[in-house]
Amino acid sequence: MALPQRKTDIGPPNYEQFLPPIIKKNYGKWKYHEELNGGTMVHVAESGDKLWTVRVASPRILSTDTIREISDIADKYCDGYLRFTSRNNIEFLVSNEKSLEPLQKELKQKGYTIGGIGNRVSNIVHTQGWVHCHGAATDASGLVKAIMDELFEYFTTKKLPNKVRLAVACCVNMCGAVHCSDIALVALHTKVPPIDHDRAGKICEIPTVIASCPTRAISPDPARKSVKINEEKCMYCGNCFTVCPAIEIHNPESDGIAIMVGGKVGSLRSNPKFSKLAIPFFYNEPPRWPKVVAAVKNILETYAKHARKHERVGEWIERIGWEKFFKLTGIEFTFVEKVLICSPDCHSCESRNPELIEFTRTGFPLKACGNDTYGYFRVFQQAVEIAPTY
Amino acid sequence: MKKKYETPLLDELEKGPWPSFVTEMKKAAQKSDIANDGLGQLEKSFRTKRGYWKHGGIVGVLGYGGGVIGRYSSLPEEFPGVAHNHTVRINQPSGWFYTTKALREICDIWDKYGSGLTNLHGSTGDLVLLGTRTENLEAIFAEYSSRGWDLGGSGSAMRTPSCCVGPARCEWANIDTLDITYTLTQEFQDELHRPAFPYKFKIKTAGCAVDCVAAIARADLSIIGTWKGKIQIDQNEVQNYAKKGMNINAEIVNMCPTQCISYDGKTLKIDDAECSRCMHCIAKMTKALRPTGEKGATILVGSKAPIVVGSLLSWVIVPFIKAEPPYTELKALIHKIIEWWDENAKPRERIGEVIEIKGMRSFLEYIGVPPHPAQIKFPRKDPFIFFKDEDFEKVYKKGKY
Ligand code: HEM
Ligand code: HEM
Ligand code: SF4
Ligand code: SF4
Ligand code: SF4
Repeated sequence: MALPQRKTDIGPPNYEQFLPPIIKKNYGKWKYHEELNGGTMVHVAESGDKLWTVRVASPRILSTDTIREISDIADKYCDGYLRFTSRNNIEFLVSNEKSLEPLQKELKQKGYTIGGIGNRVSNIVHTQGWVHCHGAATDASGLVKAIMDELFEYFTTKKLPNKVRLAVACCVNMCGAVHCSDIALVALHTKVPPIDHDRAGKICEIPTVIASCPTRAISPDPARKSVKINEEKCMYCGNCFTVCPAIEIHNPESDGIAIMVGGKVGSLRSNPKFSKLAIPFFYNEPPRWPKVVAAVKNILETYAKHARKHERVGEWIERIGWEKFFKLTGIEFTFVEKVLICSPDCHSCESRNPELIEFTRTGFPLKACGNDTYGYFRVFQQAVEIAPTY
Repeated sequence: MKKKYETPLLDELEKGPWPSFVTEMKKAAQKSDIANDGLGQLEKSFRTKRGYWKHGGIVGVLGYGGGVIGRYSSLPEEFPGVAHNHTVRINQPSGWFYTTKALREICDIWDKYGSGLTNLHGSTGDLVLLGTRTENLEAIFAEYSSRGWDLGGSGSAMRTPSCCVGPARCEWANIDTLDITYTLTQEFQDELHRPAFPYKFKIKTAGCAVDCVAAIARADLSIIGTWKGKIQIDQNEVQNYAKKGMNINAEIVNMCPTQCISYDGKTLKIDDAECSRCMHCIAKMTKALRPTGEKGATILVGSKAPIVVGSLLSWVIVPFIKAEPPYTELKALIHKIIEWWDENAKPRERIGEVIEIKGMRSFLEYIGVPPHPAQIKFPRKDPFIFFKDEDFEKVYKKGKY
């Protein structure tokens, strides 16, 4: 069958054709909005026009069947218009108030979950995990499902002091950029990857492998026509595995998950913040990761109980102090060896004092550089043994 | 369908109230070998606690260097359906608005050539088609592009820009985030489709400091709406909030970071000269407060995830810039910023890292933006300064100091 003529560099379709008439009419002229319940809000325009939004949870992985079903619903109640949010929720856009109740009813009937608006837990931003990513140290969709089943009421009805944004990344590369979330889960490999030298020599391009390592831990091993890894420098990021499958980053026994807390992106009240390490390691426990789920719920509920109205998790922690945070949550503050890895790509330090770079790799204190964003900290094997309760 | 896999572990994830991705995969598996074997392999991952995917060499469509992520199973004999499991990134429309007609069209093509599984949406914002074979890629591209859909970015290239819902449905938008995103995506088509950068470059646009797209944390170039005028106050609505139970002193006055609000039980006052435009009061009392006066954008650069030298948040470069069509000034500035980065970065260095290495001076001088206190957290705390001769000529000899 003949294919249609391809076109290049046309860019995305212009969004205007996808805007419902009521939005086109009131574009840029909205006056205020009101939350009606956990998953419904109304926007009122200066013209007096009203637009209702019904927000529905999505697992983000959607089959074409489900997309068609959603489309049928939007045809019936929304004149065929809908949108998705930056956190992967589905939003039905209703311009006729009479459609609102029947829409909500049909959604409930068909098993859709309405919620995520206002001071609640919204959908969890996440990465691909075992479903699709080569470097994943856990499954992201599975974790999300397990956590949201448990926090379900915080999406649909229960109120929190402020919004709580959760995120899951299935490795430290963090395609999902979880680094500024109220509660972030990041999966970690924790061991230097072993090299299958026979295969590495054959199937991998040695210079590419060496260049792939962000910490320059990889050097040639001419005798074996392969490479070797300096264990002191490796931070288990898995970039070498990406270009060379003979360097096996996966390790079912020691891959796991860390929980970080207190990040935010909005500038309301206080500056945006990074998430900070709360619990360094959990073993992977598919299909439901019960310990991770319990720990997330505990952090959320401790926050809900103690924070002041409008405080985000990070703002609450900064007010009460980290010591109090660990005390209130009952999280054991464990010993993790934070090792700053000087970036081999950072020329400024190197050009002034080459030895410093070598020296610092072996454990120069964090404050040395005066800026902790310069450093990447890795969680050593010890942490696994020290924190067996998780 | 041919081979059905037993999936006792994944079946566990069909229980519980939250919508299940396993159910979605099973629906797709009814029609597609890719989805079916993908499900089988995923069950194995759950059983053995590890992934079985390989990153693949370069796959893509003719004339493009990105938009397709090559993925192969490392167990192709066991799961032949996913021997190839490439993803295709389709550039989403601004603000993720769709008509059902458009969504059905996307689904129909995808069912023909791929797994029937999607991500709505991927982390960068693209509509992600999850799982197809190399030989289908040209056909997929012809079908989508002939209907007006183009591929998104991947690799060392501009990534698909994205934005918040903005003026389409938000009273706080100071700039037209949808139009800016559409315009910039069109402006950078070549940079998006043909990776020639040192590393990735992301642009995200938010209409205000609430930042619903995480522009400040997830974009090399963050465009965030702001305003210059006063916050207009409707005192009747203030009273309504008070009547409905809002403790205005605790929730608004005391939480204003610059302490520029006062309330005596009757009248709310804001000292606009001291307001840092953080959006707290406006977001909490949307009926009573609204920004007025000149609207525009703050341009920030640098945010990124932690690999390799640590995460960064974007910081201010241009405190205020007009952002109105045809966006000439904004486009010129972005071109300059990218040019400097492209010239100074080593491979895999993001712009934030390069600025840290080369210094703000080198960067600002190149892009032609003067130094401004809004660009820093605080001035340096030691007197170790490299003076340039021109500094004495241009500044200090002029007599002010
Ligand atoms: C383990 C990692 C690192 C350690 C231990 C380290 C240590 C240091 C020390 C001791 C100083 C002098 C501080 C002072 O004068 O008070 C310094 C300065 C500096 N470092 Fe690092 N450094 C590290 C990583 C990096 C990285 C990755 C970068 C760049 C990306 C970097 C960039 C700089 C710069 C630009 C200065 C000069 C700061 C200034 O002049 O104000 N450092 N570092
Ligand atoms: C020619 C180059 C340098 C010389 C001659 C030099 C000399 C010194 C001396 C004499 C001290 C000890 C000061 C004291 O006793 O209080 C010192 C401390 C220090 N230097 Fe340097 N230094 C040089 C370069 C650098 C560079 C390039 C860096 C970092 C990038 C650096 C970072 C430091 C730090 C962090 C200390 C404080 C150590 C501490 O507090 O124990 N130095 N340096
Ligand atoms: S895992 Fe990362 S740090 Fe370790 S050798 Fe491989 S690329 Fe380098
Ligand atoms: S970032 Fe601001 S303008 Fe954009 S949707 Fe969020 S609140 Fe509205
Ligand atoms: S926008 Fe922020 S800084 Fe300005 S008055 Fe409101 S709370 Fe205060």
